[in-house]
Amino acid sequence: MRFILPLGIFILMAGLLGFGLTLDPKKIPSPLIDKPAPEFSLSKLYALEEKLSKKDLLGQVWVLNVWASWCVSCRAEHAIITELASRNLVDIVGLDYKDQPTDARRWLQQFGNPYSASLMDIDGRVGIDWGVYGVPETFVIGKDGRIKYKHIGPVTKESLEREVIPAIKELLG
Amino acid sequence: MIPEIGHFALIIALFLSVVQSVFPLAGASLGISRWVALAKPAALTQLLFVAISYVCLTWAFLQNDFSVLYVATNSNTELPIIYLISGVWGAHEGSLLLWVLILALWSGAVAIFSPNVPQVMRARVLGVMGLISFGFLLFILLTSNPFDRLFPAAMEGRDLNPLLQDVGLAIHPPMLYIGYVGFSVAFAFSIAALISGQVDSAWARWARPWTNVAWLFLTAGIALGSWWAYYELGWGGWWFWDPVENASFMPWLMGTALMHSLAITEKRGTFKAWTALLAIFAFSLSLLGTFLVRSGVLTSVHAFASDPERGVFILAFLVIVVGGSLALYSWRAPKMKSAAQTNLLSREMALLCNNIFLTVATAAILLGTLYPIAIDAMGGKISVGPPYFNIVFLSITAPLGIFIGIGMLIRWRKDTPQNLWSRIKIPAIGVLLVAFLISLTLPQWIWSAFAGLAMSLWIAVTAIMAIHERFKNRPLMTSLRATPSGFYGMILGHVGIAVFIVGITLTSLYNVEKDLRMASGDVYSVAGYDFQFNGVKKEDIENYVSTRGHFTVTSQADDFRAELSPEKRIYRVQQSPMTEAAIDAGFTRDLFIALGEPLDDKGSWAIRIYYKPFIRWIWLGAIIMALGGLFAASDRRYRQESKEKIPEPTREAVV
Amino acid sequence: MSVKRIAVKQMWVKQMRLFAIVGLLIFNGLSQAAIEFHQFKSPQMEAEYNQLIGELRCLVCQNQNLASSNADLAKDLRRQTHELLMEGNTPDQVADYMVARYGDFVLYRPPLQKNTLLLWLGPFFLLLLVVVVVFMKMRKKQVLVAPEQDAMAKAKQLLSQSNEKEQVEKL
Repeated sequence: MRFILPLGIFILMAGLLGFGLTLDPKKIPSPLIDKPAPEFSLSKLYALEEKLSKKDLLGQVWVLNVWASWCVSCRAEHAIITELASRNLVDIVGLDYKDQPTDARRWLQQFGNPYSASLMDIDGRVGIDWGVYGVPETFVIGKDGRIKYKHIGPVTKESLEREVIPAIKELLG
Repeated sequence: MIPEIGHFALIIALFLSVVQSVFPLAGASLGISRWVALAKPAALTQLLFVAISYVCLTWAFLQNDFSVLYVATNSNTELPIIYLISGVWGAHEGSLLLWVLILALWSGAVAIFSPNVPQVMRARVLGVMGLISFGFLLFILLTSNPFDRLFPAAMEGRDLNPLLQDVGLAIHPPMLYIGYVGFSVAFAFSIAALISGQVDSAWARWARPWTNVAWLFLTAGIALGSWWAYYELGWGGWWFWDPVENASFMPWLMGTALMHSLAITEKRGTFKAWTALLAIFAFSLSLLGTFLVRSGVLTSVHAFASDPERGVFILAFLVIVVGGSLALYSWRAPKMKSAAQTNLLSREMALLCNNIFLTVATAAILLGTLYPIAIDAMGGKISVGPPYFNIVFLSITAPLGIFIGIGMLIRWRKDTPQNLWSRIKIPAIGVLLVAFLISLTLPQWIWSAFAGLAMSLWIAVTAIMAIHERFKNRPLMTSLRATPSGFYGMILGHVGIAVFIVGITLTSLYNVEKDLRMASGDVYSVAGYDFQFNGVKKEDIENYVSTRGHFTVTSQADDFRAELSPEKRIYRVQQSPMTEAAIDAGFTRDLFIALGEPLDDKGSWAIRIYYKPFIRWIWLGAIIMALGGLFAASDRRYRQESKEKIPEPTREAVV
Repeated sequence: MSVKRIAVKQMWVKQMRLFAIVGLLIFNGLSQAAIEFHQFKSPQMEAEYNQLIGELRCLVCQNQNLASSNADLAKDLRRQTHELLMEGNTPDQVADYMVARYGDFVLYRPPLQKNTLLLWLGPFFLLLLVVVVVFMKMRKKQVLVAPEQDAMAKAKQLLSQSNEKEQVEKL
């Protein structure tokens, strides 16, 4: 019996390692899911003196898309976000993460602006509150102000249809 | 043309590895001596072809042949020649080829340098090594061919990772590989013995020198890596418990346990199954390390470009090799009977305690390394880092120091409590007293400093006692001649541990770290040293641009004065910045300065200063340990043609 | 001819993509220490800061703490750590702040909780188990090997031996 023990433990370990190959060690689930969205009050990109805060958005389902003009994969994602906007399901608020207004405006001019508003998080503090670590990131927030869903990295066509839109529809009821 | 020759030589080597494994293993079991005799020539020709292949890749580097993808990604025309040679193992494909070359070298060495091992046993050992070689050659040819062409050829290479452009790191991988590939020999001996059923003193004597040599290289390789991290990464750390560091440390711990267990099996003919199992563990953990580094299953600072396909291949190989050998073990081990009983108070018991602590410590590291995957599999995410490993590893291995000391003094077979106690009580009290007095002289009283110092003193004192007991009854010259070098190896290994413990204790408890803002002319004092900043200068050097800070460090107390120039480099090809710390190394302390970023236009810089007491002792200890391994391996008893049965187990024939 | 050229071009694109991946790895991989200058209210706060950035993980790095990374996010989180301490938060509060945003993943010292019980206690439990099993076996073997001896005497001897052993271990 005890001579089989090492083999048994090894088989368990090999199974774990095999399963580990299918996992992505860099994906970190957010602890914010089903928690109230963090408070914020930030200037709007096209009206810097105006501020938008969390309570302005209470009572509606909305999407927060974290982007930046320096972010290469945001460019790839932009078409998908634009498509989401064209469906007119919910407002998409952009969080312009660690970026300058002039660069951001130029970027939106070039690629189109799907956002109902873009918020300037110039020093990245609001990003930290939202647990942002890899731009782009996308959050879906419910009427009660709770975060329902988070996508890390560029939203693809597939993840839009299979995850983001179902999450929005569920919240819309 | 040359790269194709290299590729072709690898294919031939693959076929030769089949010959090297199939015929000797089958021949040994079926009693066909012609097949058995094939082992040696097959191993040597395989070595020849792997070497040809390796030389071809090196040639491609030296010729800047950027039509070879691997060369184009890891080299550059500006690269100095030494890094063209070391660049061969600078990334995944080439380092695998080095792995296989070293395996072939070990096989060749076994084929040539083990005349005292019976031919059938040697054939089985070479056969098993041939199997491992087959797996790795297939892996290279199917997933990681370093000779893949790039068409059209690149005009210029992308350069070797600047962090690898360093002498310490250039020789670190070969040393490490010689070490953990070397455990394949002990592994092969273990498998051969499990097949034949012969696990006895003679077998242990054959396996011991190979294990010692592999262990000494692994020790040196790990020490070199840690030294490199210390002077190159600029945060003064020398060990981070990164998964890849753990992957080299676990085989080391198992190898250490194996050396001790082999000693018992040779001297007393006991713990046979356990010794065979440890040999399997040591090499299996080396293979596991290969998997962890190359599969991308864990994030590590040292990981190679990961590729799931490669991960699947190595995992399959791991399952076959490790699963197969553990299955063989579970089948054959129950039949192994120990020749003698073991007393609770005997040297074999002390050695067994060493094995218990080392094995449990290894299990803890393995658990900590793989735990994040298990949590991930259940949908969570955690990190297991240095705080965990320091707490768990240190509290498990702390008692080991006591046993090292007792182990050197206690008798084989059976000792009496009275006898042992009468010999150790005075030194034990003395050690505690002296450690207490030394601790009082330290900057502040810390209990763990006292414990660490007591531990290393205890090991040092018992080592001296062991020498004294061996030499006391005979004239010095007779003793010197009669003492096998294995004894000195044992003493050195343990003294190395003692020195190492002093190093980690003092440097981790009493180091001073300061991040400062300094302008030219500023002076800052740390631990009695005045650091004066004299500004920076810019220069163009070979393949990088250098920014050098200039410091004058003085100390009133010991009339000390040194000029230190930490440096920042921008490598032209990859435009990546590198920090080269300036270190004034000393026997009892290091002074360490690293240059950060300029903080304003007026010449203020962010500066990091470290005062690291006794940090050299960490690597000094490792060098002494490795030296011990060398002595142990060169014991003449291993080279004798021996037909004798289990030797008379006397106290004199120590380790 | 043109087919061949297309094939070559595709291959070239593939290689370039590979280069891009390799390049990325170099920047994501080993990076060197970040040297910054911060002011603290006390040496104790400085020590707390150093301990915190040593035990908090840089999320975007391969496997590095905040102290040893030059990544942008690591810089921001160091700044945050410094500010939180200066505002009077305890190190535990700073750690909680990070966990609330990034999860347990940011802690290199995993908290003792239900899913880490095995991690923290497993090794010690294993050590205890092995020691108990080995000593039980040794005893049984010895009694079996020496049946001619008086069992009581043997037991006494063993007892005194293990007492001695304990004394030795205590030292």
